[in-house]
Amino acid sequence: MDSRIIHFIKKEFIQMFRDRRMLYVALLAPVIQLIAFGYIASTDITHISMAVLDEDKTYYSRTYLQSYKNSGYFDLNYYLNRTKEMNRLLDGGLVKAVLHVPRGFGKELVRNQQANVQVIIDGSNSSQAMIIQGYIEQINLSQARVILEKRLRRMGINAQALQFMDTRLRVWYNPELKSVNFMVPALFAQVLLMVGMILTTASVVKEKEKGTMEMLVVTPLKPYELILGKLLPFALVSLVEISFIFLVATLWFHVPMRGSVLLLFSLAFLFMLTSLGLGLLISTISRTQRQAIMTNVFVMAPQFILSGFIFPIANMPKAIQVITYFIPLRYFLEIVRGIFLKGVRAAYLWNQIWPLCIFGVALLGLSIIRFKKKLE
Amino acid sequence: MIKRLLPLIRKEFIHLIRDPRSLALMFLLPVFLLILYGYAINFDVKNVPLGVLDQDRSAASREFIDKFTKSGSFVLVENLVSGSQFGDRLDSGKIRAVINIPSDFSEKIKSLEKMNLQIIVDGSDPTWAASALAYINAIVSQYQQEQIQVYFKKKGMGAVPQLPINLATRVWYNETLRSVNFFIPGLICVILMQMSATLTSLTIVSEKEQGTMEALVVSPIRKNELMLGKVIPYVLVAFVDVLIITAIGVFWFGVPFKGSFLLLILGSFIFLTGAMAIGVLISTNAHSSQEAMQAATLMTMLPSLLLSGLVFPIENMPWLLQLLSYLIPARYFLTILRGIFLKGTGLNYLWPEFLMMLTLSTLVITLSVRRFKKRIE
Repeated sequence: MDSRIIHFIKKEFIQMFRDRRMLYVALLAPVIQLIAFGYIASTDITHISMAVLDEDKTYYSRTYLQSYKNSGYFDLNYYLNRTKEMNRLLDGGLVKAVLHVPRGFGKELVRNQQANVQVIIDGSNSSQAMIIQGYIEQINLSQARVILEKRLRRMGINAQALQFMDTRLRVWYNPELKSVNFMVPALFAQVLLMVGMILTTASVVKEKEKGTMEMLVVTPLKPYELILGKLLPFALVSLVEISFIFLVATLWFHVPMRGSVLLLFSLAFLFMLTSLGLGLLISTISRTQRQAIMTNVFVMAPQFILSGFIFPIANMPKAIQVITYFIPLRYFLEIVRGIFLKGVRAAYLWNQIWPLCIFGVALLGLSIIRFKKKLE
Repeated sequence: MIKRLLPLIRKEFIHLIRDPRSLALMFLLPVFLLILYGYAINFDVKNVPLGVLDQDRSAASREFIDKFTKSGSFVLVENLVSGSQFGDRLDSGKIRAVINIPSDFSEKIKSLEKMNLQIIVDGSDPTWAASALAYINAIVSQYQQEQIQVYFKKKGMGAVPQLPINLATRVWYNETLRSVNFFIPGLICVILMQMSATLTSLTIVSEKEQGTMEALVVSPIRKNELMLGKVIPYVLVAFVDVLIITAIGVFWFGVPFKGSFLLLILGSFIFLTGAMAIGVLISTNAHSSQEAMQAATLMTMLPSLLLSGLVFPIENMPWLLQLLSYLIPARYFLTILRGIFLKGTGLNYLWPEFLMMLTLSTLVITLSVRRFKKRIE
């Protein structure tokens, strides 16, 4: 039996390497994404293009505006003369915000009154707009405080009291808020899912289309050997690829790996059962490559959208959140990110591990049963 | 020409209708994706699970915590009893932000004495964390300001010192800052790109695979007619999809549509033809459907997702990638879509984008016409 299955696996490998383009494409996609997530996926916002309408033109307004420039967040790219010009810049997307200092700003400050400033933010990109708004408010507040402190000092009041709350904001796990640290571990999960599903379905359905599956059935190969032989090569390819991603992530992009490598890879193996099971299941219900592709798309899309891959699950409506519990990728993403960034141990991941076990056994089991039936 | 073309188009439609799964892919998938994305995409800071270590246990500290929970952004899930619990709760993800209120909180507030307030945020998801930090900062400064007012009022120190600068913030285009408004116009672009490139590449490759290409080759139909016949049905399908997506976006998700519908159609047409041409290009080089599918994903989906500014802002990319993004048609289409939907901008602002998209589409179409061969290898 041993030599039989080894020969079969050898044949699978030969086929895989003969169809090199397919393999390259499957291997290349994650590499491109790795580079993309490493270099592109930066969500920190600096060099925000801003326009300034300074109608006051006094020492005070210039100091105030200078503080925005000095903050490092904003580039004061346009100095406007009229309110009308605002529309052109905002509509054309040339600036993200316009700061308007009306006439009398300096005078009010000299007279110890409240001066007014207006800011208009392009809200199209809501999360970006929120962060920009936060920056502007912070800069404005610190400027206002400087002036207020001076006023109070003149009144003989301890000005330090204005900053009495000393907030120590600390960010754990990813203090520089680097997107690489969030996205690259997710790629790890993606490769397992994609290779497992796409390559497996492609290989099985191709045998069906070409009629060679029938030939395999009449050979003395037992069904479980056939399944094992079909799945093992892709399991190996996935393993090689995630190892590659792991190395590039930690050595090149310096994604922190705080947990156990052994735990990560053993749970990756567990997740692989799920994705291979899904792949096999889809190939049992597809007769042609085209059908397999389309089914794959339908199965894959919700996995990525609803798993927390990019979009936070906590923000989804309750009904959708319930659906996410039926998506195996969700659990694996929590595991991968937990191990990479938080260095959590298996005990903390128990709530993710047992659903993965159930999915793995159920999907692989179901697909094997269906596959066997088709063979007979 | 029309006489030869029409039967081909009809044949293509028959193929489409005969295979219910591809029909489903064409009309259901966009709706399916849109609804999934529409509900899933939400970067707003809402219901953040918050843990509080309240060492003061006073009316003041409770009022401070209320500032966080009343805003709807945070939900108090646990009252912690010691600082050693922070690690455990954050590690397990049960809590994503912690406020540590010192035992002298209320005392120091009374006299505006300096105090240390510790706040920890789970930064694993940086997009989310950045917004959460902005929220927390805003809440704390507002609270601080209120306390200063209270202090001065109590002390009877004449006029309450106002902040000398009053900042009035206005948000344009997306006043309520809903992320759906930003993403749904972008999704039109992604879905169209994926559908058109995948479907056109598949239709030609599957003729090759099934050997029916040979029958077409020996027929009197010309090369360009064959290509048109393959592409036209999908252009029609994709247009129906644009309408469906726009309708769902506007009527179901309440995305504003401020611009010109005609411009949307024009932009979609230019974008679509380009995307279809990429599909044809892929199919001339691919040997199997799986290969075509993979290549379509690699060449169209990934770049349009990553380099177009859909999720990740282009301004923040390294210069080389920024340069590369100029070659991605989705980049221009995205600006056009967002302009039309949210800002109501017209051609006077969007002409550079239209021009670039037109150039790129023409380029790809020319290339694909040249490479497309009506023969068997």
